[in-house]
Amino acid sequence: MTELLDLGPHAGFILTCYAITLATIGGLFAWLVIDRSRLTDALAKLEAEGVRRRSSRGGSAGEPT
Amino acid sequence: MGLMDLANPTRFMAFSARLLPWLGAACALAFAAGLYMTFFVAPDDYQQGATVKIMFLHVPAAWLAMMCYSIMAVSSLGTLVWKHPLADVSARAAAPIGAAFTFLSLVTGSLWGKPMWGTYWVWDARLTSVLVLFVMYLGLIALWRTMDDPIRAGKAAAILTLVGAVNLPIIKFSVDWWNTLHQPASVIRLDGPTIHPTILWPLLTMALAFTLLFVILHLLAMRNEILRRRLRTLQLGTASTRIATAAPQAAE
Repeated sequence: MTELLDLGPHAGFILTCYAITLATIGGLFAWLVIDRSRLTDALAKLEAEGVRRRSSRGGSAGEPT
Repeated sequence: MGLMDLANPTRFMAFSARLLPWLGAACALAFAAGLYMTFFVAPDDYQQGATVKIMFLHVPAAWLAMMCYSIMAVSSLGTLVWKHPLADVSARAAAPIGAAFTFLSLVTGSLWGKPMWGTYWVWDARLTSVLVLFVMYLGLIALWRTMDDPIRAGKAAAILTLVGAVNLPIIKFSVDWWNTLHQPASVIRLDGPTIHPTILWPLLTMALAFTLLFVILHLLAMRNEILRRRLRTLQLGTASTRIATAAPQAAE
């Protein structure tokens, strides 16, 4: 553990790199999760209004959609 | 299931949903091993001291910055030549991730450069060509956002991506072609790596972890892009139905 904390005179540069990397990757994940949540909510809202994709309508070819 | 079967977005969604938990577990294991080796196994460099620990972030980020653009270039070929249904989805989803990894390689390189070179930045060939790569990522993201029609935007972005791919060999060989402050290649060389195994193995483990992370992020972004296109199609369909029903009423 002592060795872990002993990053020498440039510890600030090393820790800043790890912090920025963590923040950037965390930001990417957060953006993807929020984007997915927004998209699934909008799709669910449309489905609740009765709007369906052709592939999920399940009717026969002659059936009105 | 053949590779071409995955060209169907619905099959891709099902396949990626099954794959993601396994990739997540593998990625977590690789990062645990990589970070343990970084902080407890890898020795300090005899010249650079502990700042060599920045390399375990900087090098994988730089590799992924280039790999991501290579994936976008192959996807662009898929868009233009084979009109592969997922090719444009793949390219568009990869762009922000590639920009993020390029940003990380620039920032970590800059923070490594200050204590080792005495400066955060020099306009040498390697640093400048990576900065150009970052600007290209941002330009492609902007291009996709300026056009409403994803098919038209995809074609334009695919052409620009392929033109920009000329920057990849420039980045790779810049340290050989020009006199740069950046060190020459030390891992992928014809005569083998010049790094001692006690530092090379943690680096390769971190590179594996970052690559798995990239695959996870790319799959998640592709799934979102497919949902975005489904939503757009449904919204356009709903709008055209409303216009069609409203037009006869207006005529009356």
